[in-house]
Amino acid sequence: MTTAGRADQPDQPDQPDQPDQPDQADQPDQCSYTLSVNGQEHELRGAWMGESLLYVLRNRLGLPGAKNACEQGECGSCSVLVDGELVCSCLVLAATAGGREIVTVEGLGAGERFTDVQVAFTETGAVQCGFCTPGLIVTVHDLLERNPRPSELEIREAISGNLCRCTGYGRILEAVETVRDARLAAASRAAPVAAGATRQEGAG
Amino acid sequence: MSYDCAVSVRVPDSLEELVTGLAADPGCELLAGGTDLMVEINFGRRRPASIMSLSRVTELKGWSEDAATGELVLGGALTYTEMLQPDLAGRLPALAQAARTVGSPQIRNAGTLGGNLATASPAGDTLPVLVALDAVVVVESADGRREVPVGDFVTGAKRTALRPHDVVHSVRVPTRRTRQEFLKVGTRNAMVIAVCSAAVVVDLDSCSVRVALGSVGPVPLRAHEAEELAGEVLDWDAGGVLAGDAHRDGALERFAGLVSAASRPIDDHRSTAAYRRHAVGVCARRALERVAA
Ligand SMILES: Cc1cc2nc3c(=O)[nH]c(=O)nc-3n(C[C@H](O)[C@H](O)[C@H](O)COP(=O)(O)OP(=O)(O)OC[C@H]3O[C@@H](n4cnc5c(N)ncnc54)[C@H](O)[C@@H]3O)c2cc1C
Ligand code: FES
Ligand code: FES
Repeated sequence: MTTAGRADQPDQPDQPDQPDQPDQADQPDQCSYTLSVNGQEHELRGAWMGESLLYVLRNRLGLPGAKNACEQGECGSCSVLVDGELVCSCLVLAATAGGREIVTVEGLGAGERFTDVQVAFTETGAVQCGFCTPGLIVTVHDLLERNPRPSELEIREAISGNLCRCTGYGRILEAVETVRDARLAAASRAAPVAAGATRQEGAG
Repeated sequence: MSYDCAVSVRVPDSLEELVTGLAADPGCELLAGGTDLMVEINFGRRRPASIMSLSRVTELKGWSEDAATGELVLGGALTYTEMLQPDLAGRLPALAQAARTVGSPQIRNAGTLGGNLATASPAGDTLPVLVALDAVVVVESADGRREVPVGDFVTGAKRTALRPHDVVHSVRVPTRRTRQEFLKVGTRNAMVIAVCSAAVVVDLDSCSVRVALGSVGPVPLRAHEAEELAGEVLDWDAGGVLAGDAHRDGALERFAGLVSAASRPIDDHRSTAAYRRHAVGVCARRALERVAA
């Protein structure tokens, strides 16, 4: 765990550097609370009250999937779901997130297996350095849950809060469209009558 | 919800608990979506001694219609995502348009109307819309409730009429027959702080036009002379539309000029004052064309 202050380490996006307090529950600005992450309860003891959820996930719970690049809501690499809402975990005060259901990229899909979104990202070349990828994966899962048939414009708007410095976004769009089309095709195979009534076979 | 650090971070379950808690500890910082406050905390610019979260105060959530007055009552903790839902967006399209330009989906899911008002940034995107809609801020505290017109609520750049133990309870928007539009200029379509913005409301009940400008002064500014001109050139008998005659283009040009003249922009890292002054006139003119064409 890092103990350095921001001023000493301005360029280390991978290490959130909020003040790390010793584990003594009796300091006035320390908190103990329970967080539910990916279906598991975690006890936090003597954490500094100002810690962001991102910091707690990465540095206290050992869940490094959510990435830290800006700590100001601009990059989306720390995206998680809180009670089913897509948010930047760097902007959630961890001590107020007790009793809420937190899902990180580690909690998507079943156990070790990659989700269809993760597979599509790797297969289309939407992953280069990979720093933005976990945040985008969470965002794309959220998008396709809410809107199974997003247009290109809707995809662009949905991922507008996730910055990628490597890919130029073309392959990311392609990956999302691949999953969208595959899911729609699977749904129409599962319910051919209903799907055939509204659109042509195979058109999805 | 109880935490070991009950003194420093609290998550009250009701408005009553919130305002009595605030009265006892007026230095306490309120936390809504965290999209302004958490940035300050993450960067060590603010280190509040105590924080109260609004996340469980149901009285501040969502929106409703006041059965007695017909006004829309927008909760202090209404999120941008909620402003974009068809029910509310259909009633307040300019507010929805402003909400759609805020940040990103992640920011819109968390950020709230009350937070935008309390932060009172000159670039706060809901502010010019609320001014153009003639909205009133309902402020609640342990001493009771008071109503402050939005124009008086924002007293300066990042300054408001809120006292330390006050909460933005809701915003009341009069229901009139209106057509409304909001336009914003920035360097991208997403995740961008306004270089300038303009909200235009054509009020068919009072046969008048209200124009409010964002990011071109310390507070949202009304463009009174432009409003008067628009009120004169719209054909109210025909439903508040611009007459399609030869004077139309000249009138729109004068309207844009009066809007620019009403702005009080500064040079900063986002734009020059000269560009802002020009662009805000263009925004308002296009907005008027859209709602009165
Ligand atoms: C990446 C990013 C992009 C952004 N883009 C935009 C943008 O395009 N346009 C724009 O206008 N803003 C933007 N913002 C700023 C911010 O999202 C808005 O100002 C938002 O409305 C703040 O609301 P919040 O609920 O997150 O406030 P919080 O951060 O929770 O609180 C902000 C302040 O308001 C006070 N407060 C909150 N609620 C109340 C209440 N009910 N009563 C009294 N005080 C209260 C808090 O005590 C605190 O001082 C952006 C922020 C980020 C991080
Ligand atoms: S680290 Fe949270 S948005 Fe960049
Ligand atoms: S793959 Fe490198 S930032 Fe997106």
